[in-house]
Amino acid sequence: MSLEKPSSPTEIGVTEDGLDYDALAELLGGHVIDRESHVNAEGFVVRPDEVQAVLSTLKTEAGFDHLANLTAQEYDDRYESIYHLRKYDDPTQELSIVVPSPKDDPHNQSAARIYDTADWHEREAYDLVGIDYDDHPDLRRILLPETWQGHPLSQDYDQNQPQIVTLRENANPLQDDQRSEDDPDTMFVNIGPHHPATHGVLHVKTVLDGEQVADIDPDIGYLHRCEEQMCQQGTYRHQIMPYPDRWDYVSAGMLNEWAYARAAEDLADIEVPEYAQVIRTMSAELSRIAAHMLALGTFALDVFGDFTAIFQYAFRDREVVMNILEDISGQRLMFNYFRLGGVAWDLPEPRDEFFEKIRDFLDDLPYKLEEYHDLITGNEIFQMRCVDTGVLTPEKAKSYGATGPVARGSGVDYDLRRDDPYGYYDELDWNVVTETGCDNFSRVLVRMREVEESARIIEQCVDLLEQWPEDDREIQANVPRTLRPEPDEEIYRAVEGAKGELGIYIRSDGTDKPARFKIRSPCFSNLQTLPEMSQGEYIPDMIASLGSLDIVLGEVDR
Amino acid sequence: MGEGADARFNSTLREAFGSTPFILTKFDQFMNWVRGSSMFMLQFGIACCSIEMIHTYAIKHDLDRFGAGIPRASPRQADVIVVPGTIVSKFAPRMKRVYDQMPEPKFVVSMGSCTISGGPFQEGYNVVKGAEEVIPVDIHVPGCPPRPEALVYGVAKLQERIANGESSPVTVKPYELEQFGDLERDELVEHLADEIDEDDLVMRYNWNDSP
Repeated sequence: MSLEKPSSPTEIGVTEDGLDYDALAELLGGHVIDRESHVNAEGFVVRPDEVQAVLSTLKTEAGFDHLANLTAQEYDDRYESIYHLRKYDDPTQELSIVVPSPKDDPHNQSAARIYDTADWHEREAYDLVGIDYDDHPDLRRILLPETWQGHPLSQDYDQNQPQIVTLRENANPLQDDQRSEDDPDTMFVNIGPHHPATHGVLHVKTVLDGEQVADIDPDIGYLHRCEEQMCQQGTYRHQIMPYPDRWDYVSAGMLNEWAYARAAEDLADIEVPEYAQVIRTMSAELSRIAAHMLALGTFALDVFGDFTAIFQYAFRDREVVMNILEDISGQRLMFNYFRLGGVAWDLPEPRDEFFEKIRDFLDDLPYKLEEYHDLITGNEIFQMRCVDTGVLTPEKAKSYGATGPVARGSGVDYDLRRDDPYGYYDELDWNVVTETGCDNFSRVLVRMREVEESARIIEQCVDLLEQWPEDDREIQANVPRTLRPEPDEEIYRAVEGAKGELGIYIRSDGTDKPARFKIRSPCFSNLQTLPEMSQGEYIPDMIASLGSLDIVLGEVDR
Repeated sequence: MGEGADARFNSTLREAFGSTPFILTKFDQFMNWVRGSSMFMLQFGIACCSIEMIHTYAIKHDLDRFGAGIPRASPRQADVIVVPGTIVSKFAPRMKRVYDQMPEPKFVVSMGSCTISGGPFQEGYNVVKGAEEVIPVDIHVPGCPPRPEALVYGVAKLQERIANGESSPVTVKPYELEQFGDLERDELVEHLADEIDEDDLVMRYNWNDSP
């Protein structure tokens, strides 16, 4: 069956019913000084100067090839970094490495040598929480301006203190001779943060050698709107749910809401009624189609550089999806439709009309996709720009923590809907799409084929919902008005968002608000692969690679 | 329009003029009418609202119908900037620079709650509480995000204002771009003196004074 995966060779600690943490602890021997139990996995506490040894053992000998996330936080008596590890082959096998460091001088070893993705994650932890990572290749602020004072998610931060922000990088790039000093044959080109090809406010510092990219440094943080702080200020029950819509804002709201819903429901032990799960699955896949349509349209815009046919067609089709989503949720973009334990309300009446509308859309979809294939993938100019450009090998994709269509375009068979099932996905018949080209073309192809799979899922959901007995339409479980999870529970849970693994770490402290809320954004990790892809490529290929990554700055910067 | 003029010139507008082909008006009024009827928008995306802004330009809502539909990639070719999203400290100086590069006369439509007050992110440590903290705004379109219809209405209102020769007053004292050397020497400035050159442009945020 499509939902099964070939089993991997036996690794240390793997047993039939999950991970044997004792065997893993034995593997690490004296490195493990304490063990914690998180809701999703066990946590091994290790000394701050043994991080590299521990992670490299776990990566090479126990098969933990995916550093999903790094959470940094400050307690009353210490700082703490948590490395959330899992496996690309089976993401249900998870392990947290907890690294405490002293309050007065928070230091620990960097993991950037073991996992490439740790580079940016540690920079973010340094920027927002203030932990120093020794042996890090380039530890400087990533989201906030370089002249910022203080670390905003640390305990003693004063939010009202004045700040000074410079405009240095924005000086006219051609004012001085921009040939770089140490190598006079190269030239510096400044792209963004206001640029039509950067999909929002991304700033890309590029060094060109002739027409080829010699060095590239994505500069992010132009849309860092303190999402984690906002979520830490809100109560679990209702005040957090509106924010996920605004992480990945290209209509992927339902998928993001599910990430929070899943984490909080598992934390507070809430069962979601089956009927609500089917509605969730259907609306989430509609969101995915809308998001992939935008990816397709803007990618065509990047490669062809026009605002005409393909871009407009993609938006025409998005309008149809958005109308359906508006019927469900009452909003075109920021749905706020999920609730902890279910959804806000039942499907719109009259139901027949509503289902008819979805079926009409699904019936038209194959023809539309065929048209896109004619216009895009079959186009010779497009192929010349995209085939064999922006190559990302599967090994690099894994090391950078790439997920979603970016990983699947590199042949990494990783999809949380199948591998770490939630919702109603494991009851339905659909396939995980992978392509092995590893180039820009594959990534676009994966998205287009995923739209077909999403349509299959929606169709099955509609069938189910149509026949659902009227007296069994329970949309909401019984959830207390104020949710107060047990103190000191920790959880990391992820769902398959439009761009990849969208994970959330929550630590509770017994109050009705989370003590720490960390968002693992797929775009953040995916964007890190850009230098890897575009080194030595022409600059238009770099723009195509950027388009094929399909980043949303709201989610990169949070 | 002498004899033998093509029939296509005989529009309803032409008929309305009656026998005389001339209109008497003030030049300024004429120019205002022209400006309002043909606006070049800046292609400027920030956050969530930019998605709805694209939908406003695209099929179905088609802002071009109102003579305001051509997005220009360069601020030097644009006369209206729609500010579609949350402005954070790192971006505000850049937005100011983009605005400064637009030729006069220029107009600003602020789209969404974030550009009015910071919206849902108002309490964020990094969020500028409204576009008006940085640049003067002519029309505010509320919503999170506003529907395309709302933005169309906002643009139509702007056209009306321009045709009437109205311009917007600056209601708050905005954050300005200044040279670092011109800042008042206080503790923070002293602290950063090693990092920032005297003639670097900077923006100083006094969060306490923000509305």
